[in-house]
Amino acid sequence: MSANDPADWGFLAAVLAMGVATYLLRAGGFWLMGHVPLTAHLRRMLEALPGSIVTATVLPIALKGGPAAMLGVAAAVAVMIVRRSELLAVLAGMAAAALVRLAGFG
Amino acid sequence: MDKAQHDDAARPPWSVGGLIQGARLITPVLPGVFLYATAFGTVAAQKGLTLWQAETMSGLVYAGAAQLVAMQVWPDHFTTAAILALVAVTATVNARLLLMGAALRPWLGHLPAWQAYPTLYLMTDSTFLVIMRRRGEAAMPALFLGSGIAMWFTWIIGALPGYLLGSTLPEPQRFGLDLVFPAFFSAMLVPLWRGRRRALPWVVSGAVAIAVNRLFPGWWFIIAGSIAGSVTGGFVHERE
Repeated sequence: MSANDPADWGFLAAVLAMGVATYLLRAGGFWLMGHVPLTAHLRRMLEALPGSIVTATVLPIALKGGPAAMLGVAAAVAVMIVRRSELLAVLAGMAAAALVRLAGFG
Repeated sequence: MDKAQHDDAARPPWSVGGLIQGARLITPVLPGVFLYATAFGTVAAQKGLTLWQAETMSGLVYAGAAQLVAMQVWPDHFTTAAILALVAVTATVNARLLLMGAALRPWLGHLPAWQAYPTLYLMTDSTFLVIMRRRGEAAMPALFLGSGIAMWFTWIIGALPGYLLGSTLPEPQRFGLDLVFPAFFSAMLVPLWRGRRRALPWVVSGAVAIAVNRLFPGWWFIIAGSIAGSVTGGFVHERE
């Protein structure tokens, strides 16, 4: 990349701005929670977050993805319950989705 | 299980063994990360970025969905307005990271700032979930950093074949590879399970996310659902 090209400086400014914004989000929540008292109520709120983030992310995507995505997600959860292995769960999810698509329901 | 917990008490927060274990914990999603990275590489090449530029973005921003969305609105000329638009899009897609960092506070708040803040630079959805499964363990910081390092390198390396080979790569749907993240995320609900009462916030979160996804374009459904679930969780007590 040639340093004289103004487009390169624009690119660098854009990427730095995107990077800083993303890092502030990564660090910001952690920082903020260090500046408020961690009451029992707040702890319960934080404790509910991981699972809530999962369902908020996965359910709309699974609904949009149709039968293949829904069965894939269901298979992953089922295998996780039985085997407690993330790797097997992911493989089961992929296999279920691939089979549904192979059968023409994708 | 008992033995593992007993050993855990003696483990330091940082150790090479912990870093390696963290990298191993994240391996189930690495094929998905790699594939996602190739998709980014392909799009970046189509948009006229140099390989160096694509990799600089991957290394600095290090956020899959945000980078792909940014490529969709990538400007021809970098005016101030164009850069601000890119930042706004990036921040919207990544707003969920704010909630994840907050959720980590009770578990990593004891770390000195110079250890906690650089580690947070590598936080992603997957490493956050992997680490929340191990919450309370002494080696949690090393697991967090180790999983982050493994993922960062996979994200950087995966962009290469995408950039160089482009559309000759196979469709992800063919082998169900697009299901890697949804399958991994939903599987993590199992170890997070603490009984039906504690799952009520998840139901609220999912319902709100589905509704918001129907009503509004973009990525607001994740943050709207998560906050609704969290607020609900605040009122769900251990006992009546």
